[in-house]
Amino acid sequence: MNPNVRFRSGRTTPFQARRRWLTAFAAGAGSIALAGCDKAVNNARIDATLRSAEKLTYASQRLILAHQPLAKEYGERDLSPVFRPNGSMMPSSPEYARLLQGGFADFRLQVHGLVQRPQSLSLAQLKAMRPRTQITRHDCVEGWSAIGKWQGVPLSQVLDLAGLKPGARYVIFHCADNLGGDGDAGLYYESVDLLDAYHPQTLLAYGMNGKDLPVAHGAPLRLRVERQLGYKQAKYVTRIEVADSFSPLNGGHGGFWEDRGYEWYAGI
Amino acid sequence: MSHALPAMTTARMPSRSFRRGPRAGGRVLVARHSALVRVTHWINVFCFSLLLMTGAQIFNAHPRLYWGQYGADNDPAWLSVDSLRSAGQWRGVVRLGPLTIESTGLLGASRENGALAPRGFPAWLTIPSYQDLAAGRRWHFFFAWLFAINGAVYLLGGLVQRHFRRDLLPTRAELAPSHLAQEVVDHAKLHFPRGEAARRYNVLQKLAYLGVAFVLLPMMVLTGLTMSPGLDSAFHVLLDVFGGRPSARSLHFICASLLVAFVVVHLVMVLVSGVWNNLRSMITGRYAIETEGDAQ
Repeated sequence: MNPNVRFRSGRTTPFQARRRWLTAFAAGAGSIALAGCDKAVNNARIDATLRSAEKLTYASQRLILAHQPLAKEYGERDLSPVFRPNGSMMPSSPEYARLLQGGFADFRLQVHGLVQRPQSLSLAQLKAMRPRTQITRHDCVEGWSAIGKWQGVPLSQVLDLAGLKPGARYVIFHCADNLGGDGDAGLYYESVDLLDAYHPQTLLAYGMNGKDLPVAHGAPLRLRVERQLGYKQAKYVTRIEVADSFSPLNGGHGGFWEDRGYEWYAGI
Repeated sequence: MSHALPAMTTARMPSRSFRRGPRAGGRVLVARHSALVRVTHWINVFCFSLLLMTGAQIFNAHPRLYWGQYGADNDPAWLSVDSLRSAGQWRGVVRLGPLTIESTGLLGASRENGALAPRGFPAWLTIPSYQDLAAGRRWHFFFAWLFAINGAVYLLGGLVQRHFRRDLLPTRAELAPSHLAQEVVDHAKLHFPRGEAARRYNVLQKLAYLGVAFVLLPMMVLTGLTMSPGLDSAFHVLLDVFGGRPSARSLHFICASLLVAFVVVHLVMVLVSGVWNNLRSMITGRYAIETEGDAQ
C-alpha cells in the first residue's frame, strides 16, 4: 500500500466519502483512546505502581545472578567492525581539554566516601595493577548491540585498595562530561550495587580494541559493568564515591538517565 | 447421536448442558470455557494489547532489526524503518531485505500534532503516543510480568484440569491430510460446525491455539529474556539457541507480528461465526449450539 499515491478525480465517489467518514471516525475514536493512554502514562499513582515491576526484576535477577556468572565473552572475529559511540563524544570542560592535551599524564582518579583509605590514582598506577581483557557485548537501551574488546583494571582491586567501610552499599561514578548541559545537574554519573561492583568482569577500562580508550568512548577511563545496559557504562570517570545511598545526589535516582525516567537497575 | 467425526469423541469439551426449549431439536447452552480459560484469556488480551503498543514504542527507539551477535547503525539490517528528509518534508521508507517500500503516513513518517514527524510506528500505535522510551519500557516490563504470570497460571491450570489433552490435542484422524484439507475448505467457505460437532474445537482451531499457547507466546517470553544482559550472563544457552541478542530481538518482532496475524484471523472468525455467542462463551462460559432433530 502506498499512501503517497493519490487518485485525482473531479468529484468524490460514495466509496471515498464513506472511507473519509470512517477514517475520521477511527481517528476520533483512536485519539480518545490514546489521550486516555497518555493520561495514564502521566498519572503519578499509575507510574508508581508500574515502577514496582523494576523492584521485582531487580530482586529476581539478584537471585539468579548471586553466584556471579560471567557475561558471554566473544572471540576477535566477533568484534563489531564499527563500534558506534553514544552520548557525549567530547567533554567540553577546560579541565578535560587540559588533561587531554597532556595525554592524561595529570589525570587522577579519586576514590572517596565510605572507604578506609581515600585514593588518588594516576593512569600509570591503574595500569600497573593486574589487568583484565575481555571481549563483550554492549547493549544499548535503544536496542542495538556492539561487541568490543576492553582492557582495564577490575573495579574490585581499586575498591580493595581503598577498603570499604561498614555501611557501604553503592559505588557511584562521577564523570567529566556534561551531557545535560545545565550546570552541575547535567554532569553524567552512574551507580551500581556492590554485587556488580565486585563482579570479575566489572572494569575500569583504559583500553579498547587493543588501543588506548578513544575520547569518543570515554578516555581515559570508563566503566564496564557487563550485565547491564549501555547507559550504566559511565564514560570519562574521574571520581568514585562509595556511599550508603545515592538519593542525595542530583535527581536522587542514582544516575543521569535514571533521573530522566530510566530504571536504576538496567539488567534488562 | 451421530456426527461427522467419530474419532473426536475422545476429545470432549465439558458437556454440561443448560437445556432450553423442547427436548428434540432447538438451542442448548453448553459449558464451553472453564473459568481458568476465561479469566486468563481476558488478562492476556489486556496484557498483549499493552505489550504490543509499548513494544512499538521501544522499537521506535531503534527501528532496525539484525541477525547475529551484534547489530548497530553501521551493520546491515534485514528490516529497517527509515525516516528521510527530502524537500523539507519527512518521508518514511521501509527496507525489507532487497525491497524498498514507500511508507509515508504509516511507517517512518507519520502525523504528530498535525505535521509529519520522523517515527517508526505512528502515534496511534504506540504507548505513550509521543516518543518516550523510558515510559515505554516501564509499561512493557510491568505488563510483561503480568503476562508471564498469567501465562504460567494458564499452562499449569490447563495441565491440571486436562484442558490441553481434552480440548486442544488433535487426534490422529483429525491430523490426516484429507481431514485437514476439508477443514481448510470449510473455513474458507465460512462453513462452521453445527450441532454436536460445534461442541468442541475443530482441528484448525486446535492447531492455532496450540501454536499460540505453546510456541508463539513462550517464544515472546524467551526472546524477550534473551535481550536482558543480566539473564544472558546466567544463561548463555539463550544466546546460543537464538543466535545472539540482535537475532532474539528480530525473533521477538517476528513472533509479535505472527501474533497480530493470529489475532486478526481470530477476530474475523469470532465475527463471522456468531459474535454474541462467542463473546458470551468467553465471558459467562456458556455457548449456544443448535441441536439437530435427534440430539441427545
